Amino acid sequence: MALVAGRRRREHGIAWLAIAPAVALLILLLFGPILAVAVFSFTDWQIGSSSLRFLGLDNYRALFADGVFWKALANTALYVAIVVPGTVILGLAVALLIEARPALRSFYRAAHFLPVMSTMAAMAIVWSTMLHPTIGLVNRLLAEFGISGVNWLRDERTVLPALAVIGIWQSFGFAMVLFVAGLKSIPQSLFDAAAIDGADGLLDRLRTVTLPMLGPVTMFVLILTAKRAFEVFDTVRVLTKGGPNFASDVLLHRLYTESFDFLRTGYGAALTVVYLAVVMLLTRAQARILDRRVHYT
Amino acid sequence: MSDVSLKSVVKRHGDALILRGISLDIRDGEFLTLVGPSGCGKSTLLRIIAGLDMQDSGEVMIAGRSVDGLRPKDRDVAMVFQSYALYPHLSVFDNIALPLRVRRLGGLQRMPLLGGLMPGRRAIENDIRCEVEETAATLDISHLLGRKPGQLSGGQRQRTALGRALVRHPAVFLMDEPLSNLDAKLRVQMRTEISGLHRRLGSTFLFVTHDQGEAMTMSDRVAVMMGGELIQVGAPEELYHDPHDLRVAEFIGSPKINVMPVEALVGEGRNMCAIFPGAATLAFRPEAADLSSPATAPLSGRIAAVENLGSDIFIQVAVTEAGVPLPIIVRVKPSSGRFTIGDAVGICPDPERIVQFAASGRRLRAQGREHVAA
Repeated sequence: MALVAGRRRREHGIAWLAIAPAVALLILLLFGPILAVAVFSFTDWQIGSSSLRFLGLDNYRALFADGVFWKALANTALYVAIVVPGTVILGLAVALLIEARPALRSFYRAAHFLPVMSTMAAMAIVWSTMLHPTIGLVNRLLAEFGISGVNWLRDERTVLPALAVIGIWQSFGFAMVLFVAGLKSIPQSLFDAAAIDGADGLLDRLRTVTLPMLGPVTMFVLILTAKRAFEVFDTVRVLTKGGPNFASDVLLHRLYTESFDFLRTGYGAALTVVYLAVVMLLTRAQARILDRRVHYT
Repeated sequence: MSDVSLKSVVKRHGDALILRGISLDIRDGEFLTLVGPSGCGKSTLLRIIAGLDMQDSGEVMIAGRSVDGLRPKDRDVAMVFQSYALYPHLSVFDNIALPLRVRRLGGLQRMPLLGGLMPGRRAIENDIRCEVEETAATLDISHLLGRKPGQLSGGQRQRTALGRALVRHPAVFLMDEPLSNLDAKLRVQMRTEISGLHRRLGSTFLFVTHDQGEAMTMSDRVAVMMGGELIQVGAPEELYHDPHDLRVAEFIGSPKINVMPVEALVGEGRNMCAIFPGAATLAFRPEAADLSSPATAPLSGRIAAVENLGSDIFIQVAVTEAGVPLPIIVRVKPSSGRFTIGDAVGICPDPERIVQFAASGRRLRAQGREHVAA
C-alpha cells in the first residue's frame, strides 16, 4: 500500500515538473497581469509613479458615468453586428463558389486568403488612400456611376460602417478557408440522396444538406470572428484615432487611449476589467446557444 | 410498367473505360442483382440509371421512355445507399417525409415560419403524415419516428433509408450495397425482409452487391459484371450450375469452385471424365465430389484442413498432382466419420457435374463447341 502511495506521489511530482514551465508562463503572462489589472482598477496609480492611493470603486463610477465609454461600447457592438454576419456570409458564399468548379481552386483560395495574412496597420494606410474623398479609388469609381462619394473616414455617419467593411475584407478569407474544409467533409451521398428526393435546387441543397452539415464549422467561425471583431484596434488607431468626435471609438481603443495616451492607468484598468467581463460573457453565451443547435453526427 | 432498359452504355473516366457498352433489360417487377468484385463498375452503372452521373454514350430507358435528359428527381426512381445517407439533422419522420414535402409543398410553403401560415399547407401535411406513418408501420419503425439518425442502430437506419425510398412508390428501387455496413446476422435478416418487401410491392428492384450470397438468395435474375462488362445474366441456379465463363464459376458459390488445369491430370486423373478438345481448365463444386480411397480415385492427396460448419464439413485436400495450386475442397456430411489432417485420401468427382473451360475462359459444352456469348 505504501509502495503504491509513494509511486503516486512521485508521478504527481513528475507531472507538476512537466507542466511547470507552461504554468509559470500562464501565471506570468496571463493570470498575473489580469490580477494586477484588477488591483490597479481600484487605485489611482499611473505608469511610472511610485505611489498609489486606494480609491475603492471610484474608477468604476467614473467609467459608467462617462458618455464616451457608452459610445465606445455601442460602437463596438455595432461593429461586431456588421462584421460577423458580413464575414460569415461572404466567407460561405466564396467557399461555395470556389468548391463549385475544379478550375483554379488553389489560386482563388490563396487570393481570398491574402488579406488575412497581411499586416493590418499597413493595409489600413492603403485603405485610407482608397477612401480619400477626392483622389481615392472608391469615390472615383462612384463618380463614374454619377454617385457623389462622401468623406468616408471623416463623416460621423459613415466612419464606423467604413471600418466595418475593412474588417470584413480582412477576415472573410479565414472564414472561407474554414468553410472550404467543412464543405469537403460533407459526404457526396447526402447530395445524391437530396437530388433523388427532389431537393436539387441551390436553395434546397443549402437548406437540406449544406448548412446543417456545416453546423459545427459555422459555430467555430462565428465565435472566432466575433472574438476578432471585438478586438478591433489597428484600423481605428491608424485611420481615425477614434474620431471624428468619438464616432469610431471602440472599447479596445478607448482602453489604449486612456491607459497610454492620457496615462490614467487606474481608469484604463477598470475599463479593461469591464472589457474582459463582456468578452467572457459573450463567448459563454454564444457557445451555449450554438451548441444546442449544432448537429454532430 | 416499370421496366429498365440499357443500350450499350459506355462510361469513361479520363482514359480508362469503366463501362464497356452495357446492354441489359430488366423486366417489370423483377428483382435483379448486379454482382461483381469491387471496382467492376456496378455502382457507376447504378448511378447512371439514377441520373446522378451521365453516360458517355448509350441509352437508358425507364418504363419505356428514354430518361437521358432527365434529372434524378424526374426519373421516378428511389435509391438506398450503402451509408444510408440519412439527413442527420432531421428526425426519422422528417427524413421519410422529405421527398413528399419537396414535391408537394411550394417554395413558400416550405419556409420554416411563414410556411405555417400558407393556405392549403395543413391539408397536404396531414396527407404526408398519414403516408409516412403507414410506411413506418410497414417497416416496423413507428416507435422511432421522433428520433434522429444518430440515435438509431445500423438496422434501424437501414429501415429508415428504405422508408424514404418506399414512401414515394417509385417505378424502380435502386439499392447500392445497402447491407454491406450491417453485421452478419442482421444482414441475413434484412435479406429476408427486402425479399419480402419485393414480393409485397411487386416493384422493380435493382440491387447492387459484391456479395454473391446476397445475389443468389434474393434475386429473380443475377447479372455478373467484371471489368466493366456483363459476363452472364440469368437465374441464380443457371449461374451456379451452368456458368458461361470461368470467372462466373469462380465468383459464384461459397466455398469457391475447385479449378484445375487439364495438364495436371496424369494417370488415373485422365479417367475423370471425357475431356473436350480445346479444354484448358476443369472445374467442379465441392458437393460434386466424394472422398474415397487414394488407390482407386482419379485424384489423391493429403488432408490439409477440416472446416466443420455443423451442417456440413468441408475438407481441404492438398492434391499430389503437380500443377494443382490450391487445395481441392470437398463437402462431406457430418456422419461420414472423423477426418484427421495428414490422412491420405482420394477424390472422386461426379463426371456429369464437371464443367470445362477453354483457355479464353469461355465455357465448353459437348462436342467441343465453344459457348456462344448470349
